[in-house]
Amino acid sequence: MFEFIRKNKAVAIVGGLALTAIVAMPVMAQRDPAYAAARSSGAIGEKPDGYLGYVTAPSGSVKALVEDLNIKRKAAYTRKAQETNSTVEQFAFTSGCNLIKRTVAGEKYQAPDGSWQTRTSADPVRDSRCP
Amino acid sequence: MVHKISQLTDPSGNAIRSIMKNRKTTGLISGVALGLSAVLAGCVQVSAPDKPIVINLNINIKQEVVYRLDGDAQDLINSEAEIF
Repeated sequence: MFEFIRKNKAVAIVGGLALTAIVAMPVMAQRDPAYAAARSSGAIGEKPDGYLGYVTAPSGSVKALVEDLNIKRKAAYTRKAQETNSTVEQFAFTSGCNLIKRTVAGEKYQAPDGSWQTRTSADPVRDSRCP
Repeated sequence: MVHKISQLTDPSGNAIRSIMKNRKTTGLISGVALGLSAVLAGCVQVSAPDKPIVINLNINIKQEVVYRLDGDAQDLINSEAEIF
């Protein structure tokens, strides 16, 4: 076995990478189906401040879902703000720039003027401070 | 003996005391007056502005900060994809 690895280093490395990918796959959590549905239907959207917002009056389940995600986001922003020696608002805003940029066609995002926009293939309207 | 007002000594060279004394007093008074006016002129007038001072808190997030944090923000979105 070790003889084989020594002789076929490249093959072993590729095999190792493939194994890692297979093992890591279930860890890469995907969006909750209810969250994905609310996003694609346009009921909720990304705000410039880095949090999710309601485009239309939310149902109880959507409200609970958004509140839960926003609490988790705030916790993540707080942790990263400490690591990067910035404020929670600064880190959340920078994340908001990226999250709006990553919306796909049909999803909603909030423009700097507060209006809800539907993302098209064109660049989204973002704050002038966004990179 | 008649002396001119500006003359401080008599022809023999003795000081005319009364005139010198007067000159001294006049000098003192004018010196004080000069000093006082200098003090008054040196005062800096400070008055409160009539309009309130407004500081825009929005500048708390500066573009340079956003650029600095951009990489870390992208890392976070990638690593915790389930909440974004």
